[in-house]
Amino acid sequence: MPDATGLELIAQELRDSVAEAVLDTVFFREQAALVVVPGAVPATLAHLRDKGYAFLASVHGVDYFPVEPRFGVHYELLDMHEVDRISVRTRVPLAHPHVPSVTSDWPTADHQEREVYDMFGVIFDGHHDLRRILMPEDYEGFPQRRDFPLGGEPVLFTHNEAKTPGWWK
Amino acid sequence: MSDLESREQRLVPEIPYREMEQSGEISHIPNPESEELLTINFGPHHPATHGVLRLITTLEAEIVRDTKPIIGYVHTGIEKTAEDKAYWKAIPVVERMDYLAYYFNAMAFVGAVETILDLEVPPRAQYLRVIHMELNRIMSHLVWLGTTALDLGAISMFWYCFRDREQILDLFEMSSGQRMHTRYFQVGGVFEDIPVGWEQKARTFTKIMPERVDQFLAVLMKNEIVLQRLRGVAPLDEETLLAHGVTGPLLRAAGNPWDLRKAAPYSSYEHFEFKIPVGTVGDNWDRMIVRILEIKECCRIIDQALDGLPEGPYITPDRKYALPPRHELATSMEALIHHFKLVTEGFRVPPGEIYYPIESPRGEMGMFLRSDGSSKPARVHMRDPSFVNLQAFRPMVKDLYIADFIATLGMLDPVLGGIDR
Amino acid sequence: MEVTRHQLGAGGKEEFRARQLRARDMLRGDLDGPELDEHVEQSVLTTTIEKAGRWAVGNANFPLSFGLACCAIEWMSHIGPRLDIARFGFEAARATPRQADTIFLSGRISIKMAPIIRRIYEQMLEPRYVIAMGACSSSMGVFNNYALVPGDKFLPIDLHVPGCPPRPESLVHGILKLRAAILSQPSDGWRSRYGGHGTEEVVARLEREHPGAVTEINAAGTPHA
Repeated sequence: MPDATGLELIAQELRDSVAEAVLDTVFFREQAALVVVPGAVPATLAHLRDKGYAFLASVHGVDYFPVEPRFGVHYELLDMHEVDRISVRTRVPLAHPHVPSVTSDWPTADHQEREVYDMFGVIFDGHHDLRRILMPEDYEGFPQRRDFPLGGEPVLFTHNEAKTPGWWK
Repeated sequence: MSDLESREQRLVPEIPYREMEQSGEISHIPNPESEELLTINFGPHHPATHGVLRLITTLEAEIVRDTKPIIGYVHTGIEKTAEDKAYWKAIPVVERMDYLAYYFNAMAFVGAVETILDLEVPPRAQYLRVIHMELNRIMSHLVWLGTTALDLGAISMFWYCFRDREQILDLFEMSSGQRMHTRYFQVGGVFEDIPVGWEQKARTFTKIMPERVDQFLAVLMKNEIVLQRLRGVAPLDEETLLAHGVTGPLLRAAGNPWDLRKAAPYSSYEHFEFKIPVGTVGDNWDRMIVRILEIKECCRIIDQALDGLPEGPYITPDRKYALPPRHELATSMEALIHHFKLVTEGFRVPPGEIYYPIESPRGEMGMFLRSDGSSKPARVHMRDPSFVNLQAFRPMVKDLYIADFIATLGMLDPVLGGIDR
Repeated sequence: MEVTRHQLGAGGKEEFRARQLRARDMLRGDLDGPELDEHVEQSVLTTTIEKAGRWAVGNANFPLSFGLACCAIEWMSHIGPRLDIARFGFEAARATPRQADTIFLSGRISIKMAPIIRRIYEQMLEPRYVIAMGACSSSMGVFNNYALVPGDKFLPIDLHVPGCPPRPESLVHGILKLRAAILSQPSDGWRSRYGGHGTEEVVARLEREHPGAVTEINAAGTPHA
């Protein structure tokens, strides 16, 4: 991991090269993260690739409900030569959940962005085939949002088995 | 002729095959009678797909021109279910993601929680974790070898591999009571110390296993049919693999010795001496041999861990996160209160976000954990290696025969539980 | 999914009543002549053939090689050398449902997979049995959430084996119980559990789209598309 000063240097360089990109840096438990604006994500990843972080390990989404902007998309980058990891994080609101897609530069983001779309509803602009990947194609709703109900069957106990509607009746 | 040139250039038309399936229009194919492209469905229920994977494949006679995996047939919403449970109770749920590497799922989760909590795991627990993870790695490779050999037609390998797998499951049952999905790894250590006789049994196993691996190699390596089917088939170079995010034995078969156990050691892996089998060409043959030789290295690690197993507690003595031993509940009031709090509400984790990667049998398995200060995780996401490796399947199988397609799918080692979660 | 009930044949009830009266007459000694011969021949022959059929089905029950999730790995170890259910007759795991007798729902059934399992079940030929192996297919197991379906909702299940995954001995116990049930009674299967004797499983949609299709099925013997 780059240590705290290393992270600040990277952030500084990024501010110089990609304008208005970096919003914040987070250094927690020896793990470094850069918080950027959504539109600057492809440029940030390209900049970090030039610095050596050439492996995109993971693209995943987070729901920060009820704090707006609600959806976070995290990109975990890995430098295999220095054995360094850095995370690029971005936040998008529910009203406009658009993030530019990085699939053209990083083919590994293909299925992973589809999963973030399927589970959270974040739309990746420029993705060649943004469809649901885990849920059935005609499913309505985005399951892993925090305000989506967990679902499931009601558990039957003796006190509620007479009142619970049974599908077998 | 221009017709010949255009035929060679555009063997697969630019139309996506959904459209191709639906339309009867074939004027875009220059010589339709000789290039009939057939789109078939290797459905979710298929003897050769490892689990419920659906592959829509476009064939030209016996040659695969394009394939498209459709997943989600065993999607269980594990990540959302884990958000509803306390950290202790989420461990069995998270274990069931990649169902052949359950100790690794648990390790990723538990390691992430320990990182946020800044909790120290006692060395004995770390060594026990390493032993169980390496046994699980051997077991996963044995299941892979048995089923993949079954796909190739070498049916007897199935029986040999499962015979040895039963011995490993006996070991798991001895240490934790369950054969699969043992919730043995806990936050702060392991659930229980290993019983008397376990070490002996494990040593017997690690003594026989390398001989068995040699027997497997003797069966497979000199078999002309296996050699012809696997050598030189579906090679994929390192750059494409890295672009697609592939890690694990697939990447090592292509020549890149990236292994998180060596590169970024966790849980005392730096104390052990072991080699990493690395292939050269990156074809199916290399993938198979890399995994088989890994079994031998795992036996070495287990032996070293058993030799150097330190004395001490098997779980952190911090009662805020680990249950106190039962005999203390009769005498100590604090122990009773800790026990009560841990069982009912669970411990609270300070807010933070962590990405904790480990090396599972299929590649880099990373757990992203977000905690918000309560006793339940706010986001649990597993970066599963099979999910990412599946994206590399498409470039691997371009222009292969169907039989090689099936063999390559086996060599990819997809575990649908991890892909779908 | 609805299971509708239609009478098999036009005069089911009257025929049964007639047989009842004849049996009563035989016991009373009132039935004789060619009627008696016919009656005895009918009952003895059918029971012997039925018994032989049950013996065959119970002892040579080919499972469908169908694995969904973790229970599938445990299922594979049942075919493996230590447990070897081939000694009970579950010898050849057929890949095609048309040649299989039993389907083991080994693993969690997600909402995407449920219609596919239903289609596979419909492709199997009678007598067919369903064993729900593990907690996830019987109820939803560890995961009570939006993504799973319990097996009972769309398939009639003959045997539930609890466990996550079930211990090998418990699945073998379940298999032997199913085998004993097959051997002891005619292939009632789910009908005895749901009270559906003398009925045929028909998909309601078929009846809506092609009214009268059911009698077509009964007459022709094979379902139309």
